[in-house]
Amino acid sequence: MNKNKEQLLNKRYKAEQRFRLYGQSAIFMALLFLTIFIFKIFSTGYSAFQKTWLIVPVNFDAELMMLDENPTKQDIEDADYYEIALQSMWNLDPNANEDQQNQLKRMVSYFFEREIKQELLKDPNLLGKTKEVYLTASDDLDQVFKGNYPRDLPEDQRRVSDYQLKIFDQLVANGNVESKFNISFFTNADSREAELAGIASSFMGSIFSILVCLMIAFPVAVLAAIYLEEFAPKNRFTDFIEVNINNLAAVPSIVFGLLGLGVLLAIFQLPRSTPLVGGITLSLMTLPTIIIAARASLKAVPPSIREAALAMGASRMQTTMHHTVPLSMPGTLSGTIIGLAQALGETAPLILIGMVAFVNTIPGSPMDPAASLPVQIYIWAESAERGFVEKVSACIMVLLGFLIIMNLFAQIIRHKFEKKWS
Amino acid sequence: MRKNGVKMIKIKAKDVDVFYGKKQALFNISLDIEENQVTALIGPSGCGKSTFLRCLNRMNDVIDICSVKGEILINDFNINDKSCDVVRLREKIGMVFQKPNPFPKTLYENVSYGPTIHGIAQSKQEMDEIVETSLKKAALWEEVKDRLHEPGTGLSGGQQQRLCIARAISVRPEVILMDEPCSALDPIATAQIEELIDELKKEHTIIIVTHSMAQAARVSQNTGFFHLGQLIEHGSTDKIFKNPDNKKTQDYITGRFG
Repeated sequence: MNKNKEQLLNKRYKAEQRFRLYGQSAIFMALLFLTIFIFKIFSTGYSAFQKTWLIVPVNFDAELMMLDENPTKQDIEDADYYEIALQSMWNLDPNANEDQQNQLKRMVSYFFEREIKQELLKDPNLLGKTKEVYLTASDDLDQVFKGNYPRDLPEDQRRVSDYQLKIFDQLVANGNVESKFNISFFTNADSREAELAGIASSFMGSIFSILVCLMIAFPVAVLAAIYLEEFAPKNRFTDFIEVNINNLAAVPSIVFGLLGLGVLLAIFQLPRSTPLVGGITLSLMTLPTIIIAARASLKAVPPSIREAALAMGASRMQTTMHHTVPLSMPGTLSGTIIGLAQALGETAPLILIGMVAFVNTIPGSPMDPAASLPVQIYIWAESAERGFVEKVSACIMVLLGFLIIMNLFAQIIRHKFEKKWS
Repeated sequence: MRKNGVKMIKIKAKDVDVFYGKKQALFNISLDIEENQVTALIGPSGCGKSTFLRCLNRMNDVIDICSVKGEILINDFNINDKSCDVVRLREKIGMVFQKPNPFPKTLYENVSYGPTIHGIAQSKQEMDEIVETSLKKAALWEEVKDRLHEPGTGLSGGQQQRLCIARAISVRPEVILMDEPCSALDPIATAQIEELIDELKKEHTIIIVTHSMAQAARVSQNTGFFHLGQLIEHGSTDKIFKNPDNKKTQDYITGRFG
């Protein structure tokens, strides 16, 4: 008998030990996946925050620019920079033949004449002088410099020719290639050229969409939740509504995209590809999430608080507005932020309403066409150029950072405003 | 309190039935409650004494499935009448609950809430006075006067319950309903509250639901005994405890069931 009990006890201890082990290995697995994921993203993405510049001497030859002795600012603005830009690239190899000259030109971004123009606009005294100017390297040379380019491939399989590599190596040896923080990644809109593409358009698009989404979803959802939880009678009809709200939360997001396409664009004729339409579509998706969170946090307010207020002679409305709603706000707000974070990462519905269009301008309002961060990731991931690979990861990093900040904010709200009751 | 030897009846319940859905919780309760006296409602758990108490300020309205039939006259006005405004009613009839339930706000806000929503105080000064007198009457002032702007939930259980009493009396109700106000408190806090009840009955009519026979005997002048939704017996506390008419009352009082 006694021995039997001992065996049982041992069995119990062992079972608990095994269970702990399972739990620990599950957590280990989760952490491992997360680490691999983050490591992969960072190791591919971090280089996108650096940009390679070629330092090229430019002769600001007034004659080639068709400027006279004392040009006005407007003249400098209107001058022709193409010639001096070409000349300065060709000068890297004075013996180049026509084909090689073409290759020289393609070593920098097509933006190079504008970079030269900016230099002169900054300092008009440069006219007639020579100055070393920073020019954006082409995306392929950028990748070569970052060590991401397979130089040992046969030449006909590379987009960078042996000749370009030779000139580039000379520039590197002379210290005329520099890597700097890639500001333009944050200030430029999307571009077909990887070296010029930035996230400004999609970032602003995301912000506008989220704002529109917040402004629609939050008041509607909170009012619906308060009404359902505090005022509506509990009957079959409200049960039916509750079930359908829960169902709505489980509807695949692409369905909301179709709804946006069919209703907002086709019937209401709202402008396509805009954060306005995106935001409205996302708000449909976020609505049930916020309603559920708000109702849960209203439910969590102890009934004793309601009773206390009612017994003091507060009306139902006063009880709700003075006590229940303020007490439920932390939960409602963090639920809202979680819902918005979900909406922020949403791609499918935005693709359907046309926010996948190539947008090379930065939107100034929700009515301007824009992309959004997850759609930008999608667009870049589809692009063939090697330069976009690191950009995809970098964009994911920005999006993740955005999400982490939002979740952090939700946590802070929860901790700061959460009140304890007895 | 008797005027010229005649009992002043504050609340008159006539044939009150209460239903939770289809289940009847109270049967035909008729009970008179005297003004400026403490009336204790006793009885075993689930006997309907709290349900009856909650009829008196219509707190049962909050429960969807609950319906109340019969008349409850307060100052000769039927509160179950459609013309009765529950907000005005609850201003006149305060309530203290079983578990202390201060608002998660400051002490000051807790006490000033009632006067604020009923527009009782005209100025900040007047409000300060109401808060002070209410807390003094609830015998809490000396303990908390230096921390009026700290959260009410930071007080001890007994202090919280006295805060709830202060909150209830801040609107000068005519009647105070107490639903087992001491069940969550230790003996010292209970003694404080009981002392307070004795003091409060000078200005208010008090109805207290309690599980403790000793408490009913200590604080009340009248007692009603409930059993299975029926009012078995009611009368002066002395009589109920010393010489009850009904066998069930006798058994309950002497601890043979309940």
